[in-house]
Parts: sequence; structure tokens; C-alpha cells
Amino acid sequence: MGAIERISGPLVIAYGMLGSSMYDVVKVGKDKLIGEIIQLRGDKAVVQVYEDTSGLTPEEPVESTFLPLSVELGPGIMKNIYDGIQRPLEVIKKKSGDFIGRGIVADPIDRKKKWKFIPTAKKGARIGEGSIIGYVQETGLVKHYILIPEGIEGTIESIKEGNFTVEETVAEVKTGKNENKIKITMMQKRSARKAAKFQKKVETNEPLITGQRISDTFFPVAKGGVAAIPGGFGTGKTVFEHQLAKWSDADIVVYVGCGERGNEMSDVLNEFPELKDPKSGLPLMERTVLIANTSNMPVAAREASIYTGITIAEYFRDMGYNVAVMADSTSRWAEAMREISARLEEMPGEEGYPAYLAKRLAEYYERAGKVVALSGKIGSATLVSAVSPPGGDLSEPVSQGTLRVVKTFWSLDSALAYSRHFPAIDWLRSYSLYTEQLEKWYTEHVSETFTSDRDEAMRVLQTEAELKNIVQLVGEDALPDNQRAVLELGRMIRESFLRQSAFDEVDAYTSMKKQSLMLSTILYYGRKINELIASGAKIDSIQKMKSRTALGRIKDIKEQDIEKSCSEIRKQIDGEVKALILGQQPETGNKAEQKVAAEENK
Amino acid sequence: MKFEVEYSSIESVAGPLVVVGKVGKAAYNEIVKIKLQNGEIRLGQVLDTSREHAIVQVFGPTNGINIKSTSVSFLGDTFNTGVSEGMLGRIFDGKGEPRDGGSKIAYEEKLDINGEPMNPTARAVPSDFIETGISSIDGMNTLVRGQKLPLFSSSGLQHNRLVAQITRQASVRNKEESFAVVFAGIGITYDDYLYFTNEFRKTGALSKTVAFINLADDPSIERIITPRIALTTAEFLAYKKDMHVLVILNDMTNYAEALRELSSAREEVPGRRGYPGYMYTDLASIFERAGIIRGKKGSITQLNVVTMPGDDITHPIPDLTGYITEGQIYLSRDLANKNIYPPINPLPSLSRLMNNGIGAGKTREDHRGVADQLFGAYARSQEAKSLSSIVGTEALSQEDKDYLKFGDDFENRFLKQGFYERRDIFQTLDLGWELLSALPEEHLTRIKKEHVEKYYKRKKEDEAVEKK
Repeated sequence: MGAIERISGPLVIAYGMLGSSMYDVVKVGKDKLIGEIIQLRGDKAVVQVYEDTSGLTPEEPVESTFLPLSVELGPGIMKNIYDGIQRPLEVIKKKSGDFIGRGIVADPIDRKKKWKFIPTAKKGARIGEGSIIGYVQETGLVKHYILIPEGIEGTIESIKEGNFTVEETVAEVKTGKNENKIKITMMQKRSARKAAKFQKKVETNEPLITGQRISDTFFPVAKGGVAAIPGGFGTGKTVFEHQLAKWSDADIVVYVGCGERGNEMSDVLNEFPELKDPKSGLPLMERTVLIANTSNMPVAAREASIYTGITIAEYFRDMGYNVAVMADSTSRWAEAMREISARLEEMPGEEGYPAYLAKRLAEYYERAGKVVALSGKIGSATLVSAVSPPGGDLSEPVSQGTLRVVKTFWSLDSALAYSRHFPAIDWLRSYSLYTEQLEKWYTEHVSETFTSDRDEAMRVLQTEAELKNIVQLVGEDALPDNQRAVLELGRMIRESFLRQSAFDEVDAYTSMKKQSLMLSTILYYGRKINELIASGAKIDSIQKMKSRTALGRIKDIKEQDIEKSCSEIRKQIDGEVKALILGQQPETGNKAEQKVAAEENK
Repeated sequence: MKFEVEYSSIESVAGPLVVVGKVGKAAYNEIVKIKLQNGEIRLGQVLDTSREHAIVQVFGPTNGINIKSTSVSFLGDTFNTGVSEGMLGRIFDGKGEPRDGGSKIAYEEKLDINGEPMNPTARAVPSDFIETGISSIDGMNTLVRGQKLPLFSSSGLQHNRLVAQITRQASVRNKEESFAVVFAGIGITYDDYLYFTNEFRKTGALSKTVAFINLADDPSIERIITPRIALTTAEFLAYKKDMHVLVILNDMTNYAEALRELSSAREEVPGRRGYPGYMYTDLASIFERAGIIRGKKGSITQLNVVTMPGDDITHPIPDLTGYITEGQIYLSRDLANKNIYPPINPLPSLSRLMNNGIGAGKTREDHRGVADQLFGAYARSQEAKSLSSIVGTEALSQEDKDYLKFGDDFENRFLKQGFYERRDIFQTLDLGWELLSALPEEHLTRIKKEHVEKYYKRKKEDEAVEKK
């Protein structure tokens, strides 16, 4: 047992700590505040404390647990809301009231609750670490498989069905060397800072379908991939992350609120139990784990929260699930690292961040991936991270470190946000490096023409941007009609397809089928107005088309009506274009006369 | 409480920091009493403590502190402030001592000024619409109870006037509840101090106000504790006395400057523009104290002033503030120069909690759509404006000309309003429709079809009738 030598903010230096290892968890002071050793110097240990250190005095005791920071895993984890070091906030509320007191100990997983365990492995079966021996139906949406913890190999000596708590033995395993029997419970602990083992990583070839058009159609992220969404404040990072957490087709969602607002977390807590999973109709909360370390909670625990989140995700990945981790925001995590590094008086790197920042970021993102788990099941962990660059400037170290490793980049733009174009994702600067490997999936599951439609739409948007530069100089009227038709189509894609309201019941989620139909209908309109222009009609004539208003509201069409409505719109376009081509001679004549008259009036 | 021992072992004094040796057991963040040789007492706080010495930050000037004869005693407690309902109507200094010459306060409780973080599971989602009577706030960036919404202003703009107007006019519709204002002047000038006390007195709000004033020439280190004392008082009024408290911290830029001063005195590695790397966390520990607790009647809403140095929204102070708060009200110099009061530019302004507080039953069903369409149309008018400055108004298409006109009307009729003019939310929304009705119907794609039918058409018909 050691004692405190010095206290400076969240850092405590303890002496008499010989025998402890790096990253061991320690209990600091009379209140037994939780901390972690992050530096050893002789018999002195530098400890980052996960709670407020006010009131601690030198010479108070420091006790090592000789265990690394770990995460408890087992039935009872779903639907929970934890702080950064996996203390259940609901339980803490019962113990210390509306405000979080210090030195509160609470089990992450309920020890008393009984779960019905159904074995799938038989007596005598050979098992190793990561093997599945049975399951518990934890929530309506999640079948929680029971995995053999790390380092255990042998044959099953006994296994039984029945109702157990997470601490009771459900199976016994005889290991080869000695005849000791190891008792298996439904709960295991994993070290938070270490990536979990797996057999091998495999290619990611399936998109994470999110119901968000800009993501699914233009810049998809693969299941097992990594995406980043950097943007200044007010550009809608959090709303987009919430949308992904709500609507993406992951089996499990881990949402990490890292150093963000308390009201946002209460919003999630309020909303998720109300929202229904589109497939099963069950509350989305049944597949969600929340980690909330809001900005006013201790900074060291914020540093840990990201690791707690990914460790939970890996555990479910090993069961063969597609897991998505939403981290909002990794900048706060990096800032916590910076703060601790500064207190350690380490030589600072760029902008005061520690020199190992980029390495830590890369290590985190490498824990994503689609893997063959030790059990032989295929699962994936997708990481989607918000980044909060100061002043919205992406040249800063966290954004740069992130962009070097992520493959999908959603670039938020404050000019779009100011004009309330949401999601304010800049379609020209964003990219997805997954499109190629996902092409097959889209062709098979959406439609044969989908990827070519997408490429065409992208070309239109690109050309529109170039033309807009010219318009800035000479005005739109100076452009020839066929170029103005590109502007018209670009505007339609932006307004009717890219813009999507997170708060509208119909618009919040768009199925792949609807996305594909919307896009092809809009492009159809584009081809038709091109025909119209080619036949000699003036661009102004299309402004009278009723189908234009219908296209403007295409996103409000309900899922079940989309096929019918889209074919109606096409018919309407056909009819109107035909009428215009037929009637263009007299009409342009009228127009010309009007123009002459107008000029004469002047 | 431990036995009070006086130490006369000051080793060094530098800036606001005093290092005391041979202390033994000073607690981190413990409060320290510093006794000068002339008997004057100053307070300080332990910033760093070890077995050999303690580093103490002094709240106040360090002149007169003497290595030989000044003594220091450790009070065994973190910084506490007394709170009571009797503080309403009174004015205090930045350390919480009465400065209005009134009687002593009988404190009901002593609370730690740092508070404790609110458990996220205990928070209720803020959803009560606060009507400020100002169209550009109510209509487009709605404030709700329990929100923290700063005013991003610049030197020379009338943020003080706007704060006074909001304080006077703000109310929750159809509700009679007890409310209080906690005002913290952080490094404000004496003129500003007088302006606010006079305004509060004129409108009768003073009896419902607790003011903590740290003037511009008061010790800057005191600014670190002033907002915390104010928020501790607010928490007491909200959660123990069931009041709806509006907290005004004016001006947080001065707070951040004080934080930087302290950080540099501690010889810390500076972050952007010399501000400490932990400024985000530090500001969050203040702003996050807004909110509502489930099952409690009271609430804390924050309306803070942040002046943007050099009108720069990317400066670290407004930047970090924007990342913590639930939106911002942006005051624009351009609008102010056009003589538009309040000079709120709605485009860079934002209220993140707006959706919780609006819609049928709260304001009106068409609120979201009208706001979105006004945003879209005003943004479009700004595009047309920048285009016209290049090609000239004559070269604009008719559509762009229409939007240009819309922009002018919007600024002069919707944004502009009098200091004593209070528009209720229905007046604001109707005004919005009036402006939108100048645009063709097919442009109103951001509003639900049925609302266009109901409000746009009706407006058009009304106009037709009027013409006849």
C-alpha cells in the first residue's frame, strides 16, 4: 500500500507503489477514488484519477488492485447507460441522487438478476477461448451468446440449462494439463485498452445502411468500416450521429457521448425507448448501450470512455453481430489526452497534443473491422466518429490524424448549415473509399442501374458547382439553356434528394428502395428537360411544369406509396414535356412578343 | 474541520500564486486564509499540493504579501458560498460579499461553489417554450427552459440592451410560476453595472434578482469564482426553492481572459492563442450547470454574453463556447450598421433545443416549416445580394430580384423591432407568413403542404379581399 505524495488536478503521484504495473487500477485516498497508473518512476506511480480530486491530501492511502482497467461483459449490459469507466448511471443516481458524488462503487452488471441460460455446447465438447457455449435472450432484439473467456481451453465437464445470475456457474471446463476444473459464469472481464483477439480480418463488402440518403447513396460506410464526420459547432454532427444510431441496420449500437452535452444524452434516453426498430417493431433501446461522460464529468474518465465503448463493441462482434460504435466526439477524447499529457509535463507535439496522438487514434480505428471471430462466426465493428475541429479548421492534429485512417469522410460545411441545408454534408469534399468494394452489393440488392445513377448524379453536382462559379461572375441569364438545365437538375438533386430532415416522420429514414427510385426519377426529369431544350424550347418554359412541384416533395412520399407515386410523376413529366414540345412554337412566339412589348414600355 | 494552524512559511510569490512550504497536509482545492501584516485577510485556494509545499492561488491582488511576515492558514474545506432566499433583491461583489451596503444575510446553507456534475439520467429534456417577444429569437431560434444559449456579440454592439429586453419580456406562455434572475457581471464596467441595475429596478425585476458584480478593475482572478458562486446560488433557488432561474453571465470573454492569466502564471503549456488546453472542460463545468432535473419544479436557463474578439467567431472563446452551449444568438455588425435592432443575424444563429419547444400544442403546428422557409429564403436573398454586388441588380433574374426584396423586407420588418415592442409567437409567425406570401407557392417546399394550404392560401385570400 502506498500513499499520496502530490496532487495536481486529476493527477496524483503516489509513493510506495513498488510492485504495481503500468495501467493498473488503483484506489486513491480515504474515499477510494478510482484511478489508473500511467507512469512509474522508482517506487512512485503517477495516477490519473477518474473522479474529482478536490479535498484529497498528501499521505492519504493509495491501494493498487493489480488489475488493468477492464470492462465487465455479460447479460444485463444492453439498454444500460454507463459513465466513462462503466459505472451504471441509473444505479449511481439511486445511491447519490441527482448529482454524481465521489467514490461511489457500483457493479456495471446487475449481480442479482437471473437469466435463462440455454446451452448449445454439449458435455465433452472441445472448447477454447471465444467459443460459444450457449445463450441468453437478453432483450427482444438481442440474443446474448455466452463466450468462453480468454485463456481457457479444454473439454466441457458439465453444462446446465436454467436460471442463473451472472456470477453463478453454468458450465465447468476441464483443462488438459492439470485436472483442475474451471468454472464458467456468464460474465467475463476484458481489458479495455487491449484489442480483443480474432481469427482473421476479412474484406468489408456490405454497406451499413443508415436510411440517410447522402450516406447510403453517395458516401457509404461498410459494415466493419470507419467513418469520420468533422465539423465546426452547429453543423449537425450530433444530429447525424443520432440519426445513424437510430436508423442504421446494425444489430448492436454503442453510443459514446464523450465530453458532450448532458441534455443531448437525456434526449437520447428519452427518445430511444420510444423509437421502434423498422424491422421488428421493438424499441431501439433494446439493442443500444450508452456511454455518457458529459463535458462536466471528470476528464480522465472521458479519456477512458472511448475504450470502454469499443471493448463492449468487440465483445458483441465476437458473437457474430454487426456492431456500430458512434463516438461523439473524439476531439474531446484527444483533449483529455492532451490535458493529462500536459500535467505529466511531457514534451508537447503539435498544438500541445501529445506526440503519440496520431498513434492512439490509429490504434482505436484499427479495432474496427469485419472479422472471423474465435468462435468461427463473422461479425463486424463499424466506427463512426464525430470530430470537433477548433474553428471548423480541418488542418488541426485531431482531424488530420483521423483523416489519415478513416475511409469515409463526411465533410460538414457551416455555409450549408447556415442556410439550413441538413445534413450539412458537403457533397463535393466528402468521399467514401468503400464504393468500389460495395458496388456488387448495390447491384445485387438495390438495382442494376443504381451505381450508374449515382455516378451520373455526382457528375451533375460537380458540373453544377463549376457552372455556379461562372454564374457568380456573369449571372445565370448569361448561360446557354443546356447549361441552365444542368443547374436546374443540380438544384433538384440538392433540394429534393440531399436535403433530409431528421425531425420529419417520413423523411427521417429512407429505405434503399425509395432512395433508388427517388434518384432515378429525378434523373429521368433531367433527361427529359434536356430533350426539351434540345428540341428548341426555352428553359423558362419548364418553370410552369407541375411535375416540378411534385418532385420537390418527393421525399414526403410514404415508403409504401413510393413505387406508384414515382411512376405517376414520370407519367406527369412525360405528359408535360410532350405538351411543351408540341406547343413550343406558338409559346416561344408569345414570349418573344412579350419581350418586345416589355422593352417598348421601358 | 481541522484545527486552524497558521503557517508563516511562504517560499515565493509570483503573479497570483503563492508557494507555501512545510505544510504537510493541504488538501487539493482547499481554501486558504492569507493574513497580511496589517491584519488584512485575503482568500486563496490550493492548486497543487505535495508533502513539501502547497501552491496557492490568491483571489485578489498579491501586493502587500510578504515572505517574512504574511501568514497562511488552511481552512480544511473547499470553496463554499452561503446561499439563502433572502439574497433576492441584493447586490454582491464577485466573491459573494454584499456590496450594496445592506444588512448581513442570514445564510440557510453553505454550498461548494464547484457543485457536482448532474447525472445525465437525472436530466429532464428541456421542452418549455420561453417567449422572449423577439421575433428573430422566438420564430427562428427558439429558447427553451433549461437551455444554455449565449449571445455572440462584438464590442460596440447592443448586447446589454438585448439582454435587458429579454430579461424584461421573457415568460412561459400560460404559466404563472415563481422566477428569479441571477446576474453575474464578470469584469464589466461600472457603466454597464449601473445600466443593468437601473433597468432591473425600472421593470421591478430587481426584487427578483441576485446580482454578483466583479467590476473591470476588480482582481481578475476573482472572475474565476464569480460565475461559480452565481450558479451555486441559482442551483439553490432552482432545486431547493422551486424557482425558474434565468442566469446571465456577462461577459464570459473576461472570464476566459482571467483563466488564461492564471494558466500563464502557473507556467502551463499554452493551447491556442495562449488559452489553456483545458479551457473546454473548464467552460463546460460552468455552462453544463444549466438544465432541469426530473421531478424537481425549478430550472436553470443560461443566457450568457460572449464578445467575440475581433468579431471572429473562430476565436477560441466563442468557438469552445459554441461547442458546449445549445446554440448561439449571433449579433451582426452589418445589421447594426443598417440601424436594425436587435441586430440578430439568424443564419449563423442556432437553437439546438428549438424542436423540443415548438409545434402544435406548444407554439403552432407550422412553426418549424415557417422557420425553415425563412432561413432558406433569407439565405437565398443573401446569395442574390452578393451576386448583385458583382453583376449589378439589373442583371439579376426576376427570381433573384424577388428574393432581394424579400431580404430587405425581412430585415426591416421581421428582424427589426423596438426596445419596448413585445410580439407574441402568433404575431411573429403571422408576420413570417406575410413575408413569405411574397414568394411563389412552389418555392415553399420546406413547409408541409397542408400548412401551405392553410396559412399561405388564407393569407393570399385575405390580401385579395383587402384589395377589393
